Amino acid sequence: MLADIPVEHYSYVALFVFFAGIYGFFTRKNMIAMLISIELILNAINLQFVAFNKYLYPDLMEGMIFSLFIIGVAAAEAAVAIAIIINVYRRLKTINIEKVNSMKY
Amino acid sequence: MSEALYSYTVLIPAVLFISFLITGLFGGKMNPLISGFISTAAILFGLVVSYYTAYQYFIVDGLVEGAYPTHVAFDMVWLSFTSTLSINLGVLIDPISILLLVVVTTVSSMVHIYSFGYMKGEFGFARFYSFLSLFSFSMIGLVVASNLFEMYMFWELVGVSSYLLIGYYYQKPAAVNASKKAFIVTRFADFGFLTGMLLLAYFTGTFDLVALTDPNGLAIASAPVMGFMGLSVVTWAVGLIFIGGAGKSAMFPLHIWLPDAMEGPTPVSALIHAATMVVAGVYLVARLFPIYVFSAPDALEMVAIVGAFTSLFAAIIAVTQTDIKRVLAFSTMSQIGYMMLALGVSGYGGEAGTGYMASMFHLFTHAMFKSLLFLGAGAIIHAVHSNYMTEMGNLRKYLPITHITFLIAALAISGIYPMSGFFSKDEILVAAMANNPVYFWIEWAVAGLTAFYMFRLYFSIFWGEKREYEHTPHEAPLSMTIPLLLLAVASAVVGFIPFSQFVSSDSIPFDVHIHWNIAIPSLLIAAAGIGVAAFMYLKPSMTPDKVAGRLSRIYRLSYNKFYIDEIYLWFTHTIIFGIVSQAASWFDRHIIDGFLNGLASLTNVVSEKTKTLQSGQLQHYGIYMVSGVLALFLIFIYWIS
Repeated sequence: MLADIPVEHYSYVALFVFFAGIYGFFTRKNMIAMLISIELILNAINLQFVAFNKYLYPDLMEGMIFSLFIIGVAAAEAAVAIAIIINVYRRLKTINIEKVNSMKY
Repeated sequence: MSEALYSYTVLIPAVLFISFLITGLFGGKMNPLISGFISTAAILFGLVVSYYTAYQYFIVDGLVEGAYPTHVAFDMVWLSFTSTLSINLGVLIDPISILLLVVVTTVSSMVHIYSFGYMKGEFGFARFYSFLSLFSFSMIGLVVASNLFEMYMFWELVGVSSYLLIGYYYQKPAAVNASKKAFIVTRFADFGFLTGMLLLAYFTGTFDLVALTDPNGLAIASAPVMGFMGLSVVTWAVGLIFIGGAGKSAMFPLHIWLPDAMEGPTPVSALIHAATMVVAGVYLVARLFPIYVFSAPDALEMVAIVGAFTSLFAAIIAVTQTDIKRVLAFSTMSQIGYMMLALGVSGYGGEAGTGYMASMFHLFTHAMFKSLLFLGAGAIIHAVHSNYMTEMGNLRKYLPITHITFLIAALAISGIYPMSGFFSKDEILVAAMANNPVYFWIEWAVAGLTAFYMFRLYFSIFWGEKREYEHTPHEAPLSMTIPLLLLAVASAVVGFIPFSQFVSSDSIPFDVHIHWNIAIPSLLIAAAGIGVAAFMYLKPSMTPDKVAGRLSRIYRLSYNKFYIDEIYLWFTHTIIFGIVSQAASWFDRHIIDGFLNGLASLTNVVSEKTKTLQSGQLQHYGIYMVSGVLALFLIFIYWIS
């Protein structure tokens, strides 16, 4: 049943999710929302890895393992990002990215 | 030429250098006297080795096939540029290098011992001795150098140690200025030496002194005849080398540093500025003498003219100076002028080479009596605490030993028989007469002036009016009087050494005898000089003032040293500072600085315009990055492939 869905469909979904993430990263002002957008980008890539692995090399596992890596790294990244955001909030009482702009010329 | 004989001579500079390192590095941590003892032990070692070498070379080994051989006692490749051009460090043993070894170690030992008394309790006693070791090391290195480049290296080193020792009292502005002046003037002259040396090496293909000065060798035979402005290249080269020698030996017009150098401690004046370093120029010309004689007679003529002029010029100035050390400094210039003249009028080989022999002889005797005069002057200054003869008088009662030794030295420099100066001066006058009677008459007159100014000095210090001194002057301690006595003995007797048996232009001994037709006029004028000095200064009288008044114009010229210093000052201030430096400084301020400032302000403007890109907005950066990635993506897809 799964094999009936052509690989392009996975790519359409992944493309949509990827650009949704990019769009969210550029437009949302809340840092948590930006973090979520980054997660969307990463998951779009995961989806691509798994789909291509299945369709191109059904006997191999590299794509799957790679997506597991990405999930692991994304978890670590989320922990660091949340820690940064909490610290920013403590210091500036805001997590609006436009207000966090003291590192400039 | 045999190898490895006398190889122990390399120990002399080596030991002195080690002594310099020890006293220089650790002198501040130990008792200053120990530094003094280390340096003195090192130079005494050098003295013993030099005397032994001289004995071995002249007496034991003696002549080989009728001439004294030239040995390269030690040779080491130091810098190797190409297979044919390398710079060696070596020790050259021949009659004149042994002569200079003996002179340098003798005078230096005397000065080391003397300084225990003279410098006692001075600030920087250890530093003084470490500089003395450095100087002795460099001077001996210069003397035994086996190639021109090595010689040049040590030549600069003696310049440095002279600079350090003149500026010994570095809290005194006059001493600092004098050391600077000495360094700059001699360095300026050394540029001539360097240029000439490189020119010579370029055209003969070697720095090696043995090869360069072999009269039958390739260097002299192949000396190119091509010329520049009417003189051959070799003439230019050795002429330029002579400029270096003239700077070191304080020949006119590069003499201005020597009188000022008297700001240094008196033992230093005796060692460096009377007996050893200032004769380095003479030694240099003597070293290259075959080239001068065979390839560059014009340059040799220049040596003679400069020597004769300087000897007269300096003697005239010495007559009117009142600072006793300055009188001696001008007298040194005058005597070195004699040596230069003697080289200049000399020919090569046998009787014709009398001038060469006489020059070396005079170098030898002059080192003895002039260092004695300076050390005596030091003892006087030590006792009276003044440099001016106008503040002295009647000192013979207080300083009996200094008085006798000073008198012997004064008689020696005046050329009175049987003191050493008589013999060497006689030979110089013989050589001058044989070449050109004009030189003879100039030097004859200078002999009279010499006797006059020396005895003017002598009478005004030791005779003259009775004077009450604030502190009763007392005789110097033993450490000072012993060197005086030893040098006095040397000054009195070294004239009897049959010098031509040992040193001659071609290393072949020849006989000389006293030419009474030359000696009697020179004795007469010396006696006349002494007589006039005695008449004017033995008893307090108004005669000197009257004579000065009668000859006021000449007197003032001489008293102000012919305004040579003022001419130099005018030249440096008006021409160099006023015109050249102004232009250079304008160029520096406006063109060089302008270019760099322009670059800086351009950078400033550009960064001012572009700094707003760094807004601190994270999302802007994100957009720039993604746009960049997209742009690269498109470029790779549609342009590159």
